[in-house]
Amino acid sequence: MTFIPKPKIRHPDLPLNELGLTRRDYEGSLSTLCAGCGHDSITAAITEACWGISIRPENLAKLSGIGCSSKTTAYFVNGGHGFNSVHGRMPSIATGANAANRDLYYIGISGDGDSLSIGLGQFCHAIRRNLNMLYIIENNGVYGLTKGQFSASADIGTKAKKGEVNQQPPIDPVLLAMNLGAGFVARSFSGDKQQLVPLIQAGLNYPGFALIDVLSPCVTFNDHEGSTKSYAYTREHYEPIVEADFVPLRQEIRTDYAAGESMAVTLHDGNRVVLRKLAEDYDPTDAHRAYDYVQQHINRGEYLTGLLHCRSTAETEFHALSRTPEQPLNQIPYSQLHPGSAGLARLLARYR
Amino acid sequence: MSRINDFAIKIATVNGTGSASANTLLMKSIFRSGIPVMGKNYFPSNIQGLPTWYEIRVSKDGYVARSGKIDIMVCMNAETYARDVREVAAGGYLIYDSTWPRPALLKREDVTVLGVPLAQMCNENFKGVRTRILMKNICYAGVLAALLDLDLARIRELLAETYAKKPALVESNMQAIQLGYDYARQHFVCPLPLRVSPMDKTAGHIMIDGNTAAALGCLYAGATVAAWYPITPSTSLMDAFKSFADKTRIDAETKRAQFAFIQAEDELSAIGMVLGANWNGARAFTATSGPGVSLMGEFLGLAYYAEVPAVLFDVQRVGPSTGMPTRTQQCDVLAAAYASHGDTKHVCLYPANPEECFYMAVQAFDLAERLQTPVMVLLDLDIGMNDWMCRDLVWDDAYRPDRGKVLDRDEIEKLEKFHRYVDKDADGITYRTLPGVHPKGAYFTRGSGHTQFGTYTEDAAEYQVVMDRLTRKFATAKRYVPRPVLQGDGRATGGIISIGSCDGAIREALDVLAQRGIKLDYLRVRGFPFGEDVESFLESHDRLYVVEQNRDAQFRSLLILETRVEKAKLHSLLHYSGLPVSSAFIVDGVLADLAEGQRTVAGVVS
Repeated sequence: MTFIPKPKIRHPDLPLNELGLTRRDYEGSLSTLCAGCGHDSITAAITEACWGISIRPENLAKLSGIGCSSKTTAYFVNGGHGFNSVHGRMPSIATGANAANRDLYYIGISGDGDSLSIGLGQFCHAIRRNLNMLYIIENNGVYGLTKGQFSASADIGTKAKKGEVNQQPPIDPVLLAMNLGAGFVARSFSGDKQQLVPLIQAGLNYPGFALIDVLSPCVTFNDHEGSTKSYAYTREHYEPIVEADFVPLRQEIRTDYAAGESMAVTLHDGNRVVLRKLAEDYDPTDAHRAYDYVQQHINRGEYLTGLLHCRSTAETEFHALSRTPEQPLNQIPYSQLHPGSAGLARLLARYR
Repeated sequence: MSRINDFAIKIATVNGTGSASANTLLMKSIFRSGIPVMGKNYFPSNIQGLPTWYEIRVSKDGYVARSGKIDIMVCMNAETYARDVREVAAGGYLIYDSTWPRPALLKREDVTVLGVPLAQMCNENFKGVRTRILMKNICYAGVLAALLDLDLARIRELLAETYAKKPALVESNMQAIQLGYDYARQHFVCPLPLRVSPMDKTAGHIMIDGNTAAALGCLYAGATVAAWYPITPSTSLMDAFKSFADKTRIDAETKRAQFAFIQAEDELSAIGMVLGANWNGARAFTATSGPGVSLMGEFLGLAYYAEVPAVLFDVQRVGPSTGMPTRTQQCDVLAAAYASHGDTKHVCLYPANPEECFYMAVQAFDLAERLQTPVMVLLDLDIGMNDWMCRDLVWDDAYRPDRGKVLDRDEIEKLEKFHRYVDKDADGITYRTLPGVHPKGAYFTRGSGHTQFGTYTEDAAEYQVVMDRLTRKFATAKRYVPRPVLQGDGRATGGIISIGSCDGAIREALDVLAQRGIKLDYLRVRGFPFGEDVESFLESHDRLYVVEQNRDAQFRSLLILETRVEKAKLHSLLHYSGLPVSSAFIVDGVLADLAEGQRTVAGVVS
């Protein structure tokens, strides 16, 4: 668990980011997950991503539910508040927190059990609300803490460690999110840090709901022959289709992309996401075509990865629709929140 | 038998036929005549077509509860006609629509029957089926206006206010009123011996329902995040908050709203949003009813253990399960106090009327942040949805929210290290920090076992340190919750102890009992945990009547569990029909107990 402190020894020549902080400043407590767990690689990618785009640690709110994945919010960015809530209910905590203070970065870490079974409703409704957050599903197809039951993302025909074969169809979070209108939908693999880090950076800066479904093999309960969520199977069947680079406002887009292969999606604050298509016939900005394309590949047993769909949805973001002010609600002076004794007399007039 | 300003009217109608407008019109015109009045709506969980009743009690003495007796019955619903006829007190009056004959009327020789051809008159004077139905109801208000001697000018004034934007409706409604009024004057001796006569006892008072008053309290408490899932009878609390916030919190130029109003996908999500917002330093609340409280249980336990403030209004309705959603009870007393698995206890407030809903709403936010825990305000449908006459709400402009022990940036900066759950002030309440303020203030909020430093633990001793401090914090809460209200000098040997909306009926019952020479003290408990005031009242009385509106004596159980009281001296008077408790019920209950145990509790009779 998270009671083991990490030694605080710092190499003098560690590189600094724009805030003068090293990667070590973005680390958390020592992970207590199994050695080789895919989730730890994702934790490392989050640490790298946050350092890379110089997020102030205190400006990152880390939210989670219950499960192996949900524990990991303790393993990165110790300088940010964490909230490990109840099973499947992280999205509601995120919604309330985000409503109260729109200025922070919200990262929600969930799992396939937490998001696709007990928390499916909240997951869907956070997407509907277009809540400005990065939602990462650490997807391993299995319940780890309770020792190896299938989750709702388990593929038909996948075999459990004890030999049972899953016969129910999986719920795919990527297709579901596209179906519900999410504007930033990505899939990645815990073993592909190069792909994952820029996706996390782009997702954190995307003004709206950003989903990254990360295939993250469970070394203890779901890494055997016959499993479709093992390291070996995932490496064999995943196919990067769209690489994404996050390009902050101040930075120029590098010119070494081959013409016709890349497209930039501008986020509302001037930051951009550059998409590099690895398949010619794929248009990641068209939700319907992206959906069909991804579905066809799933039917063939292939997992496309990368930023599968990206379009601007800033106008339907939760705060945009709520018409809340730029100033976070938790910082509005009390004097502005009530009309005083004179106002009370006016409000009560109709009750006389 | 002339009874001026002291009688009860019950109006039986079909819901969805506009009777609510007629009933409100009647009640408000009495209120505007300076006469204390109570109005209670007994409505079905249905949109149109089922029976609904409205009870108006005119009380010169200012009693706000049901008396338990109906003097005038207006029968507008053929379906409930038989039971409505039976309910009129002997010597009372029965008004019915004589368009169609009803032979069963003759079975009551002891009431005066007044037939008015309401449907016929409206069919002759108005066009359109819907209009005729609506006007038929306004028409009986006209009949009552003549019989009770209500001022027609005042009725016109009220209609003009209601239909300020549709003047044509004022005229058509007035025409219907006049039809009924004239018919009654021509055919009956008007006014009846039961009638109204203007007084000056409603100055400085308003007619408001508890949900509206509580919503107003949330506005004044500075709540900025409201999350909810629709459920009767709490929905109007959220609607009212939205309406007040729309009026006062939207910038005229930018149209930006200084509040977030979130309709959640269910109650689990609603309370989750409330916790997330409070964790992040906004004042946030939700309103629900029993089924919602059940669903919120898991999150309430998290909030208790992780010490996250939250304010929840539970507008109680009849249980168990779906129960009777449009009827009143006080049936969540235990469910609220001990919501969630594990060792959990919650601060509860028990307002008795809309006026108290307003002040307690504000207090609930202060307590939640001071104590860093959920605070549940237990209204019920009777308080929440009925219009009550109560004293004008006043606001102290010097009020500042008590945000509790929250460290700001500078305070965190000065710390060597921040520890979330260390009891520095020995009151069980620890210091908290908000996200986004300072990296040194960051901690991990969790519902899993944690040490006083906020870190994960499975160690017995470390776990217990936190659990024991939470017990001390709950003891501290006794000092903060509103103190009970004592009526009487505290020296009677017997007493009544109760909570919430039983108050009106109890106060009237005490007067009735006093007239019979029975003197009882009365303690109205207003908060949980129970403080020393409650303990000493329980200790200093030999026989105590615990009045509450549920079957299982939940408040009595809570007293037995949470105070030093001797179980045997608590005698329950339980009212759980779904209608608000009447004063007669309490008087009868006390008298029956005294008659039964005359020898052993003779001390009660002073």
